[in-house]
Formats: sequence, structure tokens, C-alpha cells
Amino acid sequence: MSARRIFARPARFAAIAPYVWMVLFFLVPFGFVLKISLSQTAIAQPPYVPVFDLTEDFAAIKAAFAALSLDNFRLLVSDNLYVLSYLRSLVVAAVSTSILLLVGYPVAYGMARLPRRWQSVAMMLVIVPFWTSFLIRIYAWINILQHDGLLNKILLALHLVSTPVVWLSTDSAMYLGIVYSYLPFMILPLYATLAKMDPALLEAASDLGAAPGRAFWLVTFPLSLPGVVAGVLLCFIPIVGEFVIPDLLAGSDSLMIGQTLWLEFFTNKDWPVASAAAVLLLLLLLAPLLFYDRLQRRQLEDAR
Amino acid sequence: MASHPNKISRFNIASLALGLAFLYLPIAILVIYSFNGSRLVTVWGGWSLRWYHEFFADRAMIDAAWMSFRVAATSATIATLLGTLAAVALSRGERFRGRTLFSGMLYAPLVMPEVITGLSLLLLFVAVNAERGFWTVTIAHTTLTLCFVAVVVQSRLGSLDRSLEEAAMDLGCDPARAFLAVTLPLIWPAIIAGWMLAFTLSLDDLVIASFTTGPGSETLPIRIYSEVRLGVKPEINAICTLVIGLIAIVIVAASLASKLSSAQAKSAAPM
Repeated sequence: MSARRIFARPARFAAIAPYVWMVLFFLVPFGFVLKISLSQTAIAQPPYVPVFDLTEDFAAIKAAFAALSLDNFRLLVSDNLYVLSYLRSLVVAAVSTSILLLVGYPVAYGMARLPRRWQSVAMMLVIVPFWTSFLIRIYAWINILQHDGLLNKILLALHLVSTPVVWLSTDSAMYLGIVYSYLPFMILPLYATLAKMDPALLEAASDLGAAPGRAFWLVTFPLSLPGVVAGVLLCFIPIVGEFVIPDLLAGSDSLMIGQTLWLEFFTNKDWPVASAAAVLLLLLLLAPLLFYDRLQRRQLEDAR
Repeated sequence: MASHPNKISRFNIASLALGLAFLYLPIAILVIYSFNGSRLVTVWGGWSLRWYHEFFADRAMIDAAWMSFRVAATSATIATLLGTLAAVALSRGERFRGRTLFSGMLYAPLVMPEVITGLSLLLLFVAVNAERGFWTVTIAHTTLTLCFVAVVVQSRLGSLDRSLEEAAMDLGCDPARAFLAVTLPLIWPAIIAGWMLAFTLSLDDLVIASFTTGPGSETLPIRIYSEVRLGVKPEINAICTLVIGLIAIVIVAASLASKLSSAQAKSAAPM
């Protein structure tokens, strides 16, 4: 594979710099994660026993390979703490993605029904929060949900509750935070497919006697499935590894895998176990990631 | 066109209004409370700029903000350069070996959980014994944001009329000149929008920065996070409002740039 063949035409030269960058800073680091996930914990700086050193001779490398251990992975699959946090991550991601779909679909549908002129305004309004800091938006909810926060004040004033309700450090607060933060990611791909739909299709369905509800399920929804899939993947994958939202809004009795990884890394300084947790998380996400990659590529090829 | 089944219904309007209210109310409340004169976050004590004064007197917070700003500006600039090159290669280059891997590497970080990206980069930096601080965070942010730039620029390149470039080449430009003289001016606004997106993403990031930074070089989100964990402080409301203000300016500039872009595209390529 000569360099000449790879980048024969000028535009291909453009690929060299970003290609090298991504290999160096995206692909190679995964190699290190894999390597350290196979090594032993040590009380040292950095806190692990180096597995092998490429400067050594062949015999040493062979010995090092023999010393590779799957202990960290064995720990992960045998310890309930980790198994539970993987399961919890999947459940939280599945539940929040479903809520996101239920909330996001009507909003995207409403946007697609707006007059053209207003559609771009609505789209802008949905995108803007995405530009606003994630952390700030979660913090805004802490303001509202705390013990003597706005929500409890309103509920008390309306006599809906007699004592302040505990909202923070609960799963409901976490779900609220996740739905709030990821809503634009769900709305935008849905809107993109719904806006492209030919209005004549619904007219035809109505002419043929379909009630609006039936026409929706027979025509609109099936045609919007690509948007649904894109939105679901765009939300589900990052939510599985989410750290900030559960850390600030959920209780500390059960952790998501992103939090467990963070804890192992920053608090327990157990880099090998943190790395093994990252490898397992990646394996868990591999199928949806590949699917998303294919979808993304097809979409951009279509646009060419 | 506006026949019955496609008419916007009351349900459509209501869901849209509720959705937007859900997105904006918390931020609005935060901004209002940043001007609250009371020390108690939940009691209204009249309008005041007290917490803004407090912020500007907070040395550690100012340092963190300055660090974040430098990281965001530097990483956004490198990311825009590399991301634009990547977009050009993907949408204009012929098929080359490793193209699938290349596009995969560009799309994966968009959804990759940040804990994985952060951890893996940190392990790389430790392995090569890099001193952790400004540059490691900048490299990490560049890696993440260049993918966003690539997507933004690529979608603009995809919607461009290619006959313009072909005409330039027919008129004797070599591909590089055709790109510089014809394509680049047309995608310039998308490149600016990409830079701004990269800038705000970097300004916002907590997780990756936490992994890749070293002692003594905190970014603003790291600082805010450690304060928020200790409880709600009115000063944080003020900082958040300032960040929102900065981002609002960036967004307005970006939308102006894209308006300019569509106007330019129309005048350059009458449909």
C-alpha cells in the first residue's frame, strides 16, 4: 500500500493531516486502554505495572505476554457492583431514550407542520440550548429542584403537596435532566425526516378515507423511521456512558457505568480496572456504534 | 397545499410551545436568579449585580475562565483546520484505501461516551510522559471537535453545486486553485460556523478536560463542577449567565455567517 496509491488525487492529500491526527489521538489511545486493562494495579505513579516495554528484547516481550492477565475483566464480570452498574446504564439509557422519543416526536412533528418561514426559526430555537453548556443546564435544574427551590414553592403554593418533596438525588430528577439535555438530539433528526415528507401523501390518505390518526400511523410514522432510528442512536449511545447528569441529579446508592469508571479512576486510582470497564463499555456499544456509523455514512453519501 | 390533513393543528402548536418552554424556562430562571440580591438562592432579595462583583473578585474562578477561553480558542482553530481538510477529503477526494476507517474515526467521537475518550487520551499522555495541562486538554478537545467541524463543513460541501469547480478546472485552474478560488469562498461561512461550534463545545466540556488536565490548570467547567457538588451558590448563577451571554453572541455571529453564506451561494449559483 504505497502512499502514492492512497492519495493519488489532490483532494486525497487533504486527508493526510486529519488522518494522522485521528489515528494518533483517537485510535492509538484505545490500544493503551486495552493494554492497561490487562495489567496489574500497583501503588505507584502511574498506578499500574507496565505490561511490556517495546524497547526490551524479544524474550522479555514474550515473558510479558505470558504475564498478561484477564483478572480485571474477571473482577468486572464477577463483582455485582460492576454488573449492576452496566445493567443500570442500559436500563437508564433505554428508558430515557423512550421518553425522549415520546416527548421529541410531537415537538418535531409540530415544527414540520409550521409554515416554512417559521420552521427555520423553530429549528434555531431547538439548536440554541445545544450550544449552551451542558453543565449549566443541569445546574439550572438543581436550582429548581432543590429542597426550597422553585418547583416545591409552586407545589406548596398550589396546595398540591403539604411538605416539600425531595426531588434532588432521585431517579426522576436524573431522567428529567437526561431528557432535558438530550432533547435537541432527538428532535433534530426527527424534524429532518418529517420536513422532507411530501404533504401530498397525507392528502392522498385522507382522500382515500383514512382518519387523521390512522393516516399518521399508516403513512407518517413509517416514513419517519429513519429519523427515529437516528435520534434513538444519537441519544442512546452517549446516555449509556453518561457521567455528569447521574452524578449531579441521581442518588448515590446505584451508579451508572460512567460513574463507576470515574470512581475507579479518580477516587480509587485503579487505572487497570477503570480501563477494563471502558473496554467492556465499548464492547457493549460496538453494535449500535457500527450501526450509527453506517447510517451516518449513507446519509452523507446521499447528500453528495 | 394547505388542505385539511396538512393543516397545523392545535395539538401541534401546543406540543411545540410546551417543548420550547421546557427547553428555555430553566435557563431563564437561572439568568433571573443571577441578579438576585439575596444570599439565599431561593429568596428574592431585589435586583443586584452583587454576584457578578463576587465572580470578578474570585481569582481562582477567573484563572479557570481564562484557561478555558485559551483552550477553546486554540483547539477550535486547529480543529477547524483539520476538520475542513477531512471534509474536503471525504466529499471531494476519490475513494482511497482506509477511507472507511477514516470516516469511522470521524463519526465515532460524535457519540462516543466522553469517559472513554477522556480515559484513553489520558493513558496515551501518561504513556508518552507528556506534561498534563494546557496542551493536553487542547489536543483532547481538538480531537473531539474536529469531527463536529468535519460534519458541518461536509454537509455544506455536499449541497454545493460541483459544476462551479468543474467550470473553474475547465477554464484551466488546477484542482488546488479551483478549490482556493471557488470552493473555499463558498464554504467559508460553514467553516466559521464550525469554528464556533468547536469553540462552544470546548468551553462546555467537563469530562474530557477532567481526565486530561494536570494539577494547577483547571478549566471553568471543572471549577464550576467542584463548586456545584458542594451546593448551589449564587455566584455560579452569575458565571453561568456570563457564559450563556458569551455563547449567545457566538450564536448570533454564526447565524449571521450562515445567512451571508446562503445569500452568497444564491448570488454565485443562481438555482
